[in-house]
Amino acid sequence: MRQFTDLYWRLDGTTSTNEKVAALRDYFAAAPPEDAAIALGVLSGGRQRRAVSLTLLRQWAAESAGLPAWLVEECYAHVGDLAETIALLLPPPNAEAEHVDLGLATCVQASVHSLRQADDDTAKRAIVEGVWRRLAARERIVWHKLLTGGCRVGVSKTLVARALAEVAGIDPAVMAHRLMGRPIETAEQFAALLFPDETEADSRRPYPFFLASPLEGDVAALGPVMDWQAEWKWDGMRAQIVRRGDGVAIWSRGEELVNEAFPEIVAAAVTIPAGTVLDGELLAVRDRQLLPFASLSKRASRRRVTKQVLAEIPCVFVAYDLLEAEGQDLRNEPLAHRRVVLEQMVPHPFTLLRDTATSLPGSTPEDARRQLFLSPCVAGDSWDALAAARGGSRERGVEGLMLKRRASSYAVGRTRGDWWKWKIEPLEIDAVLLYAQAGHGRRAGLHTDYTLGVWHDDRLVPIAKAYSGLSDAEIVEVDRIVRATTLEKHGPVRVVQPTLVFQLSFEGVSRSTRHKSGVAVRFPRIARWRRDKEPQDAGQLADIERMIERPSCDGITA
Amino acid sequence: MPPPKPVPFECGWLRIQKSHSVSDLLELTAAGLYCPWGDFYIDPWRRVGRAIITHAHADHARPGSDRYLCAAPGKLVLRTRLGGGAAIDTLRYGESLSINGVEVSLHPAGHVLGSAQVRVRHGGQTWVVTGDYKLEADPTCAAFEPVRCDVFVTESTFGLPVYRWPDPTSVAAEINAWWQTNRDAGRSSVIFAYALGKAQRLAALLDPSIGPIVAHGAVMKMVEQYRASGVRLPPIDRVPPRARRVGDGRAMVLAPPSAAGSRWLRVFGETSVAMASGWMMLRGVRRRRGFDRGFVVSDHADFPGLMQAIAATGARRVLATHGFSDPLARLLREQGLDADTLATKFTGETVGDADDDGSTDDDDAAGGEA
Repeated sequence: MRQFTDLYWRLDGTTSTNEKVAALRDYFAAAPPEDAAIALGVLSGGRQRRAVSLTLLRQWAAESAGLPAWLVEECYAHVGDLAETIALLLPPPNAEAEHVDLGLATCVQASVHSLRQADDDTAKRAIVEGVWRRLAARERIVWHKLLTGGCRVGVSKTLVARALAEVAGIDPAVMAHRLMGRPIETAEQFAALLFPDETEADSRRPYPFFLASPLEGDVAALGPVMDWQAEWKWDGMRAQIVRRGDGVAIWSRGEELVNEAFPEIVAAAVTIPAGTVLDGELLAVRDRQLLPFASLSKRASRRRVTKQVLAEIPCVFVAYDLLEAEGQDLRNEPLAHRRVVLEQMVPHPFTLLRDTATSLPGSTPEDARRQLFLSPCVAGDSWDALAAARGGSRERGVEGLMLKRRASSYAVGRTRGDWWKWKIEPLEIDAVLLYAQAGHGRRAGLHTDYTLGVWHDDRLVPIAKAYSGLSDAEIVEVDRIVRATTLEKHGPVRVVQPTLVFQLSFEGVSRSTRHKSGVAVRFPRIARWRRDKEPQDAGQLADIERMIERPSCDGITA
Repeated sequence: MPPPKPVPFECGWLRIQKSHSVSDLLELTAAGLYCPWGDFYIDPWRRVGRAIITHAHADHARPGSDRYLCAAPGKLVLRTRLGGGAAIDTLRYGESLSINGVEVSLHPAGHVLGSAQVRVRHGGQTWVVTGDYKLEADPTCAAFEPVRCDVFVTESTFGLPVYRWPDPTSVAAEINAWWQTNRDAGRSSVIFAYALGKAQRLAALLDPSIGPIVAHGAVMKMVEQYRASGVRLPPIDRVPPRARRVGDGRAMVLAPPSAAGSRWLRVFGETSVAMASGWMMLRGVRRRRGFDRGFVVSDHADFPGLMQAIAATGARRVLATHGFSDPLARLLREQGLDADTLATKFTGETVGDADDDGSTDDDDAAGGEA
């Protein structure tokens, strides 16, 4: 545990990329492969199943420390991190803890795994308390995070890949590919990862996603418009379809295999030739209309999709890039060339002029094939023309335009310069701070989670929760005002006197029966603090209701 | 003698603290904690006739009152904060004084040089007001002494059980090891700490064989007062005005938190910066502040310290002031004590932003510290 704990705190203590890579490299070069395999799983942010419920952990900690449960709650609200709170509350470990070091793998085996297999809470408690007695506070925090499946350390996969590539002495891009989509769980798998030569790629593995950067400043600075390919920026789920051998794998950008959630896409993808990898977007479409992103999320979260859900939320895949064809990696080919091959492979542009989305998989192969579409290019012979097209984004239900350099290769990660997202300006309203709650992690102890409201019949109704968007100095200032103007406290939530006005940005509005205001705003965040405005100057609910629109794709053509 | 009428308590958003009984020795008024029988205040936040000062930090010692009373070892430090014209009387620790028939004595609080708990006795009742205090050993001030009383008015800055200070000797070793590593790499070490109290305590913990110790002017001003009061400190150099380069990458720099990120730091070349504060216990606070290191050094009692101090007084009634007073009072009530909170204006609830609280009156951010 000690090596991994040191790594955790070393990563935690720095903001320098080079220092992070160095910490990772040092760890992976020194750690036994069985430990390294587990560490890698944790660092790559793989979803870890919770071995014991937080409620129980908290309860046992309260009893071990001889504290009432409410006081532990109070501490948690202050610290903002349960793993840390419990680690700090527990009595110090036995003296032998200074001498005995459990390896990460041993510790995980002896605790996390055996906890999952333990029959009842008494058995679980004995295991947990046994480990508590052996670990120092700084190790306990890390162990709690492993137990509760929330061990996030703030390193990107790219950094992990870079560090491992340095250890193995291979190209970081090759390492990134090896790390995609397959959990590394054993010492052997970890050793194979460091194999100095190219190994035969796992046939289901996707490529690392190339990510676009937000376009800031004047679009004309990108140069001649003919050097660029413009597409709609879909408000869907980024995904790769890997069609190799006999199988199909659909990978989300979070590197989760989502085959079960999208059976109709799997069925459609089987019909394309083996040795193909498509990059594109999953979209939910019904009755010739794009469904809100929430519907798509509902689909994606299902392990098994019922017929009813399939009918309610039918999905399509809109392809915009071709990374592999006939088993050849095309990523270093220019986009213009990849596009030509893509258009042959997936000829149907996504237009929704016919009601294609109602055809469920399982009917005929031809129907099934209709779940795959080509993301059309947006025509425009000048930046002004493209700007005009972008202006109509909201009516189309898209987020703006994507601009991709025609000569660009498909890079790894967020390489700036070739792919830009040119999003439309957000919707905005001035809203009043109604409730505030203390944040977590870096913002623990500061009130950073705000509930904002607008006027409706002389009352303020909450419309959105926003997790800041203010500068650190402003956060501190708002925190002070929140404390000074608190009217009521409900656990960690403070009801404040309405005095602060913020400009709220959001991407869209839909009707909602789950919200008191009757509307739900998408991706709300604070644009700025309107110190010049009083609460009575804030917006009306009616203003937001006017922004509700039902996106339709009828106008989208190739 | 009937008690004089206290100034009526005016209150904005603060909850009005009602007195428990007519015979309370001290009560909260608009100007601060007041003794109606003796007609004096303890750490008032307005100008009053007679002010008893627990210690010289800005949120406890405010200028403008007619007469001050403090513990003898803290006189020089208090004068520095209040200005040369202030009328300051002193009492030795343990010595008693009668003010309008009320017996007042001062007892070491272990917080900073000259810090005192105020014991007030009258009509068979004994009250003790702690100001700020800690139980750990501190080579720069007299150690905390428990005082028996009926009512204990205690601070509660770190009144949550997550606050349990590490052993001070191990923290001192950590700081010196960090300094040595930096020195070997040719980097200056900078620790941000309160100019009054914390900085001098740190200076006393440093190992001067590692390299030179230099201090910011605000720290230096208090170092001189400490020395003049008879506290032994290692050699500390002032940073000369208009210096272009100081310490050639070997120095330990003691600076107030307000110097963080300022141009003043440039003369030290490459630096590693650390914060010394009780708030550094929490990962979130350490990360937010963006310092290279956070050392857990506090001049306040940790949670076990508060509980120990409260128990040692034998008090049946406890009033918790600034900090986590609500949970502390609730816990004490559950343990059978008559406990409540007292809404004073001493600073407490500013987690990790300790460099910019309570310091508006001064040049050195030595106000409400942590």
